[in-house]
Amino acid sequence: MKLRANLVIGGSLFALAIIVGLLAPWLAHTDPVMDANLMNAEEPPSWTWWFGTDGQGRDIYSRVLYGARVSLTVGIVSQLINSVIGVALGLSAGYFGGWWDDVVNALTNLMLAIPSLIFALAIMAVLGPGLTSLLIALGLTNWSFTCRLARASALSLRNQGYVQAATVLGYGDLRIMITQLLPNMLGPIVVIGTLGMGSAVLSEAALSFLGLGVRPPFPSWGSMLSEARDQITTAPWLSLFPGLAIFLTVLGLNLLGDGLRDILDPHSRSRRT
Amino acid sequence: MTGVPLVEVEDLRIDLDDGSRRVAAAEGISFRIDRGETFGLVGESGCGKSITALALIGLLRPPLSIGGGVIRFDGKEIQHLSAAGQRELRGNRIAMIFQEPMTALNPVSPVGRQIAEMFVLHKGKSWREANQLAVESLASVRVPAPERRVNDYPHQLSGGMRQRVMIAIALACGPDLLIADEPTTALDVTVQAEIIELMRNLCAERGTAILMISHDLGLVANVCRRVAVMYAGRIVEERGSADIFRAPSHPYTQGLVASLPRLGSRAALGRTRLKEIAGVVPAITGFPDGCRFNPRCAQATDICRTVAPHTDVLEAGGFVRCYHHA
Repeated sequence: MKLRANLVIGGSLFALAIIVGLLAPWLAHTDPVMDANLMNAEEPPSWTWWFGTDGQGRDIYSRVLYGARVSLTVGIVSQLINSVIGVALGLSAGYFGGWWDDVVNALTNLMLAIPSLIFALAIMAVLGPGLTSLLIALGLTNWSFTCRLARASALSLRNQGYVQAATVLGYGDLRIMITQLLPNMLGPIVVIGTLGMGSAVLSEAALSFLGLGVRPPFPSWGSMLSEARDQITTAPWLSLFPGLAIFLTVLGLNLLGDGLRDILDPHSRSRRT
Repeated sequence: MTGVPLVEVEDLRIDLDDGSRRVAAAEGISFRIDRGETFGLVGESGCGKSITALALIGLLRPPLSIGGGVIRFDGKEIQHLSAAGQRELRGNRIAMIFQEPMTALNPVSPVGRQIAEMFVLHKGKSWREANQLAVESLASVRVPAPERRVNDYPHQLSGGMRQRVMIAIALACGPDLLIADEPTTALDVTVQAEIIELMRNLCAERGTAILMISHDLGLVANVCRRVAVMYAGRIVEERGSADIFRAPSHPYTQGLVASLPRLGSRAALGRTRLKEIAGVVPAITGFPDGCRFNPRCAQATDICRTVAPHTDVLEAGGFVRCYHHA
């Protein structure tokens, strides 16, 4: 199996973001919330303040590290929720067909018709800001693409010889779905999931930017951008570094998704080669 | 051997519902298969032989459905069995192998696992035991180095190897009946011979009955003790496989046998044309009245064009559905 550049770069960027988030307490120079000191307000990047400081003298470097925790938690968990919902609905709809397929299709079309960010905003408005609400709002609004994909795969896989063979060999419906259909559609699902994580990171940033994400003063990349908006001409480093963090994480996830698509073709899988 | 045949099909009708009306895709299908017997069903494409097998295993899907008749397996009627009851039979007591070994195996699962799954599913074995049994199964279908091959994915195997794996899966639970739907059509001739030999030996050893479906009269006669010839949704003749070549009774069967090239014959050497059956197979929506073969039959008379013939018992054994049979 040849390692591809996009897979390596994307994987490294994503891994870096995860490591940074996990090791934030050890890598950070200061506490991201408590260590405000107006004496150091709005320092530009230097050897002491790598990424500069904000208007309250908090270290941007430390805040970006901690911000990774929120962004990645939201990105990974909400996309997992989306994938589970999307696969469960799409796979069963494609396999069983009939009225259940119609119901799932109607639901998917409904979700696709409403912009997911607006829908997420509405859910956030009901649940109130906070990490849990973010996870729920983003986890319930972005499953339609996964669902479409799973349904389309199930429709074509359902007529494959081995699925019919499994029926003849006495497999039950659930067993067929799990052992025959799911593994054969996993490649594209994982790719869509990885790309979806990227957009979930962006959505988190957007919601936090609008003040609906994690409550300040705890940092998330989106809320940092939001706070930095007024000083973008006087202190550009306030928006540069969180923006860069979002950019690199989403880029990494997209490259990773592309790379995974290349290798997750079952015909390139082999134990001996 | 007990008096109850393993499979007994009586007057089976299979309906095709094309939205506005129902037509019989196959009707009056009756045959029986005893334990350990080999029975062949031959006919051209679309004559109803494959849907007969699907009806037997309970896999007819709309627009096809069973329109009437009785299917008994081991003395019990199975045509109205619940989904759970059918699953109980499938794989465990009735198994099936398919035409396309290329597509009948799950491409993302090692073949050993696919065999082992049968033991887990139907015999309640643990995965550890099942994996061991899978190696033995692969060895029994003469796959070399089975303990290494169990880890292979289907795309790493040749067509013949895949069909061997299919046979291993089908015979894993020691079924009473193996349905083989054109098992060797996708394989080349030498591999075909090996696979047929393997299938026949394994089934003979284990007392598994075979229902073989093919358009290859020679192949079926070679494997099966008795052969039924289907034409346009009806069984027209059922005979011992030696008799069907020596003394075909129905005009259609006579035509089929006459159209086979024989080694050394003038036709095979290209000096004369091979015999053919004049005309074309009628469409399923436009079967002729009376005997369905009558438009193509040289011996057809008025009664053939109006009233469908019943089956006549032949003195030499077997049945034929013709007024003017030899």
